[in-house]
Amino acid sequence: MSLIGAKVLRKEDPNLITGQGLYVDDLQPAGCAFMATVRSTQPHARIVAVDTSAARSIDGVLAAWTATDIANLPARPSSLPGMDMPLITGDVARFVGDIVAVVVAADRSTAADAAEAVIVDYEPLPAVASLGQALATDAPMIHPVLQGNTVFFQDYTEDLSAEFAAAPRTASLSLVNNRCAPVPIEPNVVLADWGPAGLTVWAAFQAPHHLRNTIAAFFGISQDTTRVIAPDVGGGFGAKINFASEIFLAAALSRALSRPVKYTQTRSECMVAMFHGRAQEHKVDVAFDDSGKILALKVQVTQDQGAYPDATGMGLPVLTTAMSAGCYKIPKVAVSWRNVVTNTTPVAAYRGAGRPEASYMIERVIDLVADETGVDPIEVRKTNFIPADGFPYQTHSPLAVYDSGNFAGALDELLRHVDYPALKAEQAARMADPTEKLLGIGFSSWLEIAGFGPPGSLEAFGHLASWESAQVRVQPDGSAIIYTGASPHGQGTVTTFAQIAADQLGIDFDRISVRHGDTAVIPQGIGTMGSRAVAVGGEGVKTASTRVFERAKKIAAHLLEATEDDIVVENEEFHVRGTPSKSVPWSQVAWKSFQPLELPAGMEPGSLDATVFQQVPNFSFPSGAYCCVVEIDRETGEVEIRNMYLVDDCGTVINPMLVEGQVHGGVAQGIAQALYEHMQYDESGVPRTATLMDYLVPAAPDLPGYVSGRTVTLNPSNTLGAKGVGESGSVGAPPAVINAVVDALSHLGVKHIDMPATPQKIWSILRGSK
Amino acid sequence: MGMIPARFDYRQAGSVAEALQLLVSCDDAKLLAGGHSLVPLMKMRLVSPATLIDISGIAELQGVADTGSVLRVGALTRHRVVERSQVVAQHVPLLAHVAGLVGDPQVRNRGTIGGSLVHGDPAADLPSVALATGATMIVTGPAGERRITAADFFVDFLETAVGPDEILTAIEFPKRTGAGFGYEKFVRRSMDYAIVGVAVQAGEQPGIALVNMGSVPRRAEAASQALASGAAVDAVAALAADGTNPPEDLNANADYRRHLASVLTKRALLAAGYR
Ligand SMILES: Cc1cc2nc3c(=O)[nH]c(=O)nc-3n(C[C@H](O)[C@H](O)[C@H](O)COP(=O)(O)OP(=O)(O)OC[C@H]3O[C@@H](n4cnc5c(N)ncnc54)[C@H](O)[C@@H]3O)c2cc1C
Repeated sequence: MSLIGAKVLRKEDPNLITGQGLYVDDLQPAGCAFMATVRSTQPHARIVAVDTSAARSIDGVLAAWTATDIANLPARPSSLPGMDMPLITGDVARFVGDIVAVVVAADRSTAADAAEAVIVDYEPLPAVASLGQALATDAPMIHPVLQGNTVFFQDYTEDLSAEFAAAPRTASLSLVNNRCAPVPIEPNVVLADWGPAGLTVWAAFQAPHHLRNTIAAFFGISQDTTRVIAPDVGGGFGAKINFASEIFLAAALSRALSRPVKYTQTRSECMVAMFHGRAQEHKVDVAFDDSGKILALKVQVTQDQGAYPDATGMGLPVLTTAMSAGCYKIPKVAVSWRNVVTNTTPVAAYRGAGRPEASYMIERVIDLVADETGVDPIEVRKTNFIPADGFPYQTHSPLAVYDSGNFAGALDELLRHVDYPALKAEQAARMADPTEKLLGIGFSSWLEIAGFGPPGSLEAFGHLASWESAQVRVQPDGSAIIYTGASPHGQGTVTTFAQIAADQLGIDFDRISVRHGDTAVIPQGIGTMGSRAVAVGGEGVKTASTRVFERAKKIAAHLLEATEDDIVVENEEFHVRGTPSKSVPWSQVAWKSFQPLELPAGMEPGSLDATVFQQVPNFSFPSGAYCCVVEIDRETGEVEIRNMYLVDDCGTVINPMLVEGQVHGGVAQGIAQALYEHMQYDESGVPRTATLMDYLVPAAPDLPGYVSGRTVTLNPSNTLGAKGVGESGSVGAPPAVINAVVDALSHLGVKHIDMPATPQKIWSILRGSK
Repeated sequence: MGMIPARFDYRQAGSVAEALQLLVSCDDAKLLAGGHSLVPLMKMRLVSPATLIDISGIAELQGVADTGSVLRVGALTRHRVVERSQVVAQHVPLLAHVAGLVGDPQVRNRGTIGGSLVHGDPAADLPSVALATGATMIVTGPAGERRITAADFFVDFLETAVGPDEILTAIEFPKRTGAGFGYEKFVRRSMDYAIVGVAVQAGEQPGIALVNMGSVPRRAEAASQALASGAAVDAVAALAADGTNPPEDLNANADYRRHLASVLTKRALLAAGYR
């Protein structure tokens, strides 16, 4: 009986739900000291002086460092030359949250007191708080090397003026993809212990080997004595693949003080220090005909990079423009992008990273075309879909060759759950009765680029490679340990990988453990991001398990004096096909696999152990169709999501419960972006939403129940057929919600409303229409 | 940046007398009740009292007593106790209802009615109940006991009539047995403070009070008077924001708040049984 597709309970949960998980902050080695940061309160300012004398005179304070104390260290890795983010900035502070000094004390409270006692003398400089300000003529500059605030610029890939001139209809749309803060429950936390035998860093991180390699290079030490451990990690959403400066500072301080140094970010710090996501503006032009057929698309993406461009952040508009055509066969697509710096928190990967932005844009465009032509949004989608037999499909971007999907199939499946005609009728009835709430119905047919990735894809973001490691080791008693480089931070990988291995090995799920997150234990690794854990790492587990199983079969055949091809496994017993009485248990095969005298000729002891660096030839392309139904209170402008219908196609489902969990979480974040969350700055660059009082992460009661369905097209790039599902919800949900809100208001002439669709915004529209 | 308060001394008071004595003897002291307004401010280091005098163990300040014409609620009674009290539900149902809408269950299990009132946050829910029902605060200090009407209690932003050497011991709510009530709390996210809130107490001396419509918790005076004189619901609601100077923030500008105040007033009036 296969475990692929089985609703197995998570192996992780007994620990986590009884409070026995182990997070970095739980670790308290003897002599551990605590680091606290002093951060710029100014968006842009010359630092005239930093006075640490009062801090250093506090009892228990061990160190107080400013930029001069780290002059021999490089800047934060993953920075861009000439625009490096200093670990501690010395001359100029470039955003509220920029580190100006760090202190270390024997206990956390004293460290906090010491940080407060550091006196920084700022001379404010004019700041650019928004893309608009940054791109204005004579805008203040952040990095002199740029001669302006634009980092890189890619002009339209094609001139489509002829297509637009010839098109029966054209329309334009300007969109803001609101800046979001990732807000994992666990903020950035690090514990560094630099002893004579080497450096060990415990970090809340998504890619421990990547961090190990980077730390070793940063300090010029060797990788064999550098160890990174990511124990239980309380969420990351992409933000924990960024090299937080605090990690390197804690290590440097541990070396200097010869004792372990721990840093636990506070929530207030996390809001401004942990890199943000989204923060794009789009200008879109679309050419189409009366039937809603799209003829050409022009997309210009402006990416806010914050104060210091990050290598991952720089990739965001590339992904957005690669995916700009969504699920649609658009004859001509021209894309352009530019990266711009502002005096704000740097921007990098956040759940979906560049792809939710694309999906939001193209799905808004589809509804705009529907609105302009009067053709139903469902029809416009169907008219333009890449057909189910149209794969592989080369998009306008060399980066994206869609390999599978059935977009119309997913939309049809969705419409089995949604009674669209009844909803339309209800909508009309409500509109006619001023005492009723308005109803809006929004669709999104989405696709994303996931399963990172093919060779070269992650290297472009500074990773060692794009494979994922998997090691399968059968123990002498016939249990097995799987080692994966795809270190999870809440995904349930320990469960899904055990399911995959159990199927291949014929070993009981309960006797398979999955280990991760320790560079001294795991062969090598890349990490968990870009919805790659199952599609690449899981495939690796399958490959390694298959290899081990083939060898186990050899041993079993030898013991049973049968031929290998006739050996099958059932209930942890190997037997000869058709002759169940002639059998040998897995435990014996495992035991004997270590005993040279028991092995077939030519086989070495310990051979039930295989390590694989799994490669995949292409990205994966999860897709789906969502429908959101909203009610809008005509008096207050409040939006309430009444229903959320979700059809996901993530290929093979390993564990439906975990897939649903990922979808629900991603959709929650998508709804959050559409209705609640917006990291805002005032004109001068001071954050206005730097606490959870002002930055509205929705709570459980704010979210609807979900109706979910599924279609399955297999991923041709791996044998599992799985595509990945970690980001899907955050890609598909925002356009569905906003399309619904716009639909509810379209009788008032509303063509678009920027996220988040707050009650006040909607009230202004409703009031204006009176 | 956040989370770790400055150093402070911690003292426990076993009685009101002891707490009063500690208030005099300790420099720069603050009373600590449920800590759900004070401790967040301390963690952000917006306030850093030298001493906290924990009064949460004083038994005489806990619980609800029916004294005949009024309900006397001890200042240290937790929101959760008020929310679940049968006596409160029967005689001042608005209070029980609103206590159940404060924050989330954790907050309600810690926060106290006295702390909420003395903190004087214009965005807090319970002050509006005191104002709408015409409650009286009982305050004890070195000079003995004082009685302060709700109307005189809220002085300025986060400032009430309770002096630095005084303790709020109880709140007396006139009984509103059988009278209608309504409470409308407008939030963007569940369990948050109100963006705007409106409390309506129906009955003989009806009252309407507003949440987050100015720097202090306040009654909607014009609307309350119109209600008392029998004006229609729409007319009363139209007066809700009269004389207010609402705050502006990311959730709502002043215009929107004024508009919400009248929409919510109408809804609260309807809930209270007015037509
Ligand atoms: C997450 C969260 C959500 C919340 N949501 C809401 C909400 O939706 N609506 C709402 O109304 N409130 C909300 N609150 C605040 C909550 O209701 C507080 O409990 C209440 O405001 C203060 O009561 P306390 O007992 O905790 O007072 P404390 O924090 O202990 O004290 C508050 C102030 O009052 C003083 N004080 C306390 N008791 C007395 C007394 N008997 N005599 C004199 N002075 C005294 C203290 O010295 C201090 O200055 C929320 C709080 C949190 C943390």
